[in-house]
Amino acid sequence: MTRRLGQTPSQTVGPYFAYALTPESYGYRGIATNRLVRPETPGEHIVLEGRVLDGAGQPVEDALVEIWQADARGRYADAPDGGQADFLGFARCGTDGEGRFRFETVKPGPVPGPDGRPMAPHIAVCLTARGLLNHLFTRIYFDDEAEANAADPILQKVPEDRRHTLIARREARGEAVIYRFDIHLQGQAETVFFEV
Amino acid sequence: MRPNIRYAPVDRRSHPPMIHPPYRSTTHRGPTRPLVPIPQTLTELTGPIYGHDAIGELDHDLTRNAAKNGEPIGERILVAGRVLDEHGRPVPHTLIEIWQANAAGRYIHRRDQHHAPIDPNFHGAGRCLTDEDGWYRFITIRPGPYPWQNHANAWRPPHIHFSLFGPAFVTRLITQMYFPGDPLLDHDPIFQAVPAFARERLIARFDLDLTQPEFATGYRFDIILRGPAETPMEDGR
Repeated sequence: MTRRLGQTPSQTVGPYFAYALTPESYGYRGIATNRLVRPETPGEHIVLEGRVLDGAGQPVEDALVEIWQADARGRYADAPDGGQADFLGFARCGTDGEGRFRFETVKPGPVPGPDGRPMAPHIAVCLTARGLLNHLFTRIYFDDEAEANAADPILQKVPEDRRHTLIARREARGEAVIYRFDIHLQGQAETVFFEV
Repeated sequence: MRPNIRYAPVDRRSHPPMIHPPYRSTTHRGPTRPLVPIPQTLTELTGPIYGHDAIGELDHDLTRNAAKNGEPIGERILVAGRVLDEHGRPVPHTLIEIWQANAAGRYIHRRDQHHAPIDPNFHGAGRCLTDEDGWYRFITIRPGPYPWQNHANAWRPPHIHFSLFGPAFVTRLITQMYFPGDPLLDHDPIFQAVPAFARERLIARFDLDLTQPEFATGYRFDIILRGPAETPMEDGR
């Protein structure tokens, strides 16, 4: 048994990450934007939007929301079959003064779970902000997948009365399909965050 | 992804708590309920992959990547090190993004109102990929301290922000590198939020071997990411 090296401790992303991590408006090319789709990207195009709110219900105006997801056929770009994936699957959005974020993406297909059976469609989230000393992991599920959600092995690990915090709500607005997902850092509706 | 690997848990003893009252904004932003443990699935074991096409030629050199009419003002430094997992194995070809204040302690960010000068030749953001042995290297300017509103007469110690992905979504790390011998470290609630035994892992060390004669002093900062849960077998063993 060799001695392990100690993990480098986490620190907050702070308030000033925008010109490095979401830098388009600062004239510096970023590695990711909040748009995963082009017009020709296969699958159901959706808009994912919501707000990040603190324990007082105030908007978190300097959060960084990152998403990681499979394409519409359930393929991750980095999986063994990922050479076939339709996109990279990683996007970033900094929240605005109202705590809002917005992604343009596709609804992901199901991917295999721990036992090989498909998990319900979901998007992984990594959240960080000024005032968060550690990044937080959560997942976004979809409210029009009730049957798949009920069988999902990860949702089953979540106390039943808190599962709703992980489920985005579909809204039709004109032509667009919108899924709304608010993230509550604290309070009655505190979002479930994972140790994974 | 690396097939068939599961990652060791986040060592919460080494990381700051979610709520650390001396860092005031944690009190209404840090989650209060226990994290819900879930297994690592394909979703967590995969992660974004960036190659050389994501990196511009000058992205690692903050003294040149925003130069308009000269060189940035300040003390030129080299910051280099290795990204390793907990077993000491290199994390190759992984993206590192950094950002920092300029020599006067001013960020380029629109919300930074500190009345210190902006440097027209310094932007303060950079990125690079580790090489096959996990090495990275940046050329930059030593950042200055700056005041913040956390408490009376609060000053952040000079630091460089680091963002890393590692080989999977679960190996993500966002941290800050500090400089040795800095008296502000004792007064900084963000640094002090880290348990005492692990704080030194955030402090770079001066390295004469990295120091380049007639050019720049060198600082070594190694970064340790979550590694595989079991010691992996070496090929051929």
